[in-house]
Amino acid sequence: MTAMRPRLATLAIHSVLSAYTLVAILPILLVLMNSFKARNAIFAAPLMPPLGTTFSLVGYAKVLSTAHAGTYFANSMLVTLISMFLVLLFGAMAAWALTEYKVRGTTLLAIFLSIGIMVPIRLGSVAILTMMRRLGLNDTLIALILVYVAQGLPMAIFILSEFIQQIPRDLRDAARCDGVPETLIFFQVIAPLLRPAIATVAVFTIVPIWNDLWFPLILTSSERTHTITLGVQQFLGQYITDWNAVLAALSLAILPVVVIYILFSRQLISGLTAGAVK
Amino acid sequence: MATLKIENLCKSYGTVDILKNIDLDVADGEFVVLVGPSGCGKSTLLRCIAGLEAIDAGNLHIGSRRVNDLAPAQRKIAMVFQSYALYPHRNVHDNMTFGLRFSGMDKAEMERRVAAAAKMLQLEPLLARRPRDLSGGQRQRVAIGRAIVREPDIFLFDEPLSNLDAALRVSTRIEIAKLHRLLSATMIYVTHDQTEAMTLADRIVVMNSGRIEQEGAPLDLYYRPANLFVARFIGSPAMNLFEASSGQGVVRADGIRKIDLGTAAFPDGRLTIGVRPEHFRLADTGDLVLEAGVDLIERLGEISYAHLRMPGGAPLIVELRGRMVPARGEKIVIAADRRDVHLFDATGAGIALAFA
Repeated sequence: MTAMRPRLATLAIHSVLSAYTLVAILPILLVLMNSFKARNAIFAAPLMPPLGTTFSLVGYAKVLSTAHAGTYFANSMLVTLISMFLVLLFGAMAAWALTEYKVRGTTLLAIFLSIGIMVPIRLGSVAILTMMRRLGLNDTLIALILVYVAQGLPMAIFILSEFIQQIPRDLRDAARCDGVPETLIFFQVIAPLLRPAIATVAVFTIVPIWNDLWFPLILTSSERTHTITLGVQQFLGQYITDWNAVLAALSLAILPVVVIYILFSRQLISGLTAGAVK
Repeated sequence: MATLKIENLCKSYGTVDILKNIDLDVADGEFVVLVGPSGCGKSTLLRCIAGLEAIDAGNLHIGSRRVNDLAPAQRKIAMVFQSYALYPHRNVHDNMTFGLRFSGMDKAEMERRVAAAAKMLQLEPLLARRPRDLSGGQRQRVAIGRAIVREPDIFLFDEPLSNLDAALRVSTRIEIAKLHRLLSATMIYVTHDQTEAMTLADRIVVMNSGRIEQEGAPLDLYYRPANLFVARFIGSPAMNLFEASSGQGVVRADGIRKIDLGTAAFPDGRLTIGVRPEHFRLADTGDLVLEAGVDLIERLGEISYAHLRMPGGAPLIVELRGRMVPARGEKIVIAADRRDVHLFDATGAGIALAFA
């Protein structure tokens, strides 16, 4: 009886999770499947996998032959990776400063940053647009990067602070007794221990940036600066009936996020602090 | 190697005073152990000496230098932590050299020091390993090695044996004692374990709620505790203490059959009498003779502990040797010599007996 209850509970939990996973994955599967099908097959039997005569790469051919597809991808990559790098660098440094150095104003600053988590950055779209125009940054990738860094920083600082607090204080004290300069205590003693947390934050940072449509829409106007999500929308506008290209472009857009996730998920498995203490 | 001089050191966190007017002199090459219950401020005092905590008042001198405002590394100290605090992603060799790199030392000298420390601590086969591949004892030896290569003026140990298992604790304790003799370095060692304190120290400093209660050689503290706190803290099982009253030179308490403390002068009023469990014997002749009932007998083989209760209700523990032990419920008579009897006045301060 006692053994049955946890088993039933596990079953219930897993069925709920499986149902949710299906809901989350099915649309993506549908996009992937149909991107490999001929146009009439997409409409005739949208739920069938691409088999025999219905298999076609026409969508991919169209996307890759379009002159701007490469630019869109490069822009998305550039914006995402640079934003991620800056969020991680500044986030980790700020988190370290906020947890390690207690000076007047740290609490206030922490509260200010937590407001950043609660208030969506899109509320400030109009102000951001005017600001970027005044700075002469509209229609540049720098504008996007700045916005995304601001968007990602509060959460990054929040997560990394929690993590830094778990690093034993003795380790920093030992480094101080050893005469290690403060900057190097952070970069050479603390940062390597933050790897699992940094991987988590990286994933949390990258996905919304890569998928974002809103800020490219309002901050970029020329094809030179479009990102892939915006590029796909334009496919929709230009070739309103060409679902092959849209689905193929979307499938391609999924790929980098998945690759990055797989790369970082290995880092997510922690245990790196093992051996530091005890 | 150097002396350490602490003058009137005060430290508080907000409104809580952690250390109150600490004065302490440590001689060159001396091994001083700070003991006390948790929260007594001993670790904070060590961290103040290391420079990891700023002090609010007072002076710290290492050798002839006033180090109040110096960073830990500039104080020429090395600290060994309870949690070892090894750099987890560096191997043993790099753990020892990491700090030296910032002192502008040349590589040959660095390697010479690491080799010497590794030899001393039998770390040679482990130099390429990372901390997570080492046992607890090995990690602690690496931590000690990291301190040695700095060739500090003063070694600071913060409960270095607390994370080790019992057997390893004994052997590492002996290693530290040997190391002290070998390096003849000034060492300050924090522990709450009185065995460590008694065996390692040239001098023990007993601390309680931010103050030094007594300092002295281990046996001085054992034989002549200055107050009730030290009397309770040093010795295991703890010293038996029971209340008595005195008037016109006569000490009275329920269960005292005879008390003759010679010419000792003690005040009238409330007194506390203390006798260590190992100083009682089953006898009815002596300077102090008590009667008590047996509550419980703990037989440890070589010795037995008899838990007694005096007629007044005060509990006593008596260490007994030999196979003959009284039975539970029995009334027995125990005696002690006057040189083993400690007297404390109503404030808890020890009363020096004329013959002590």
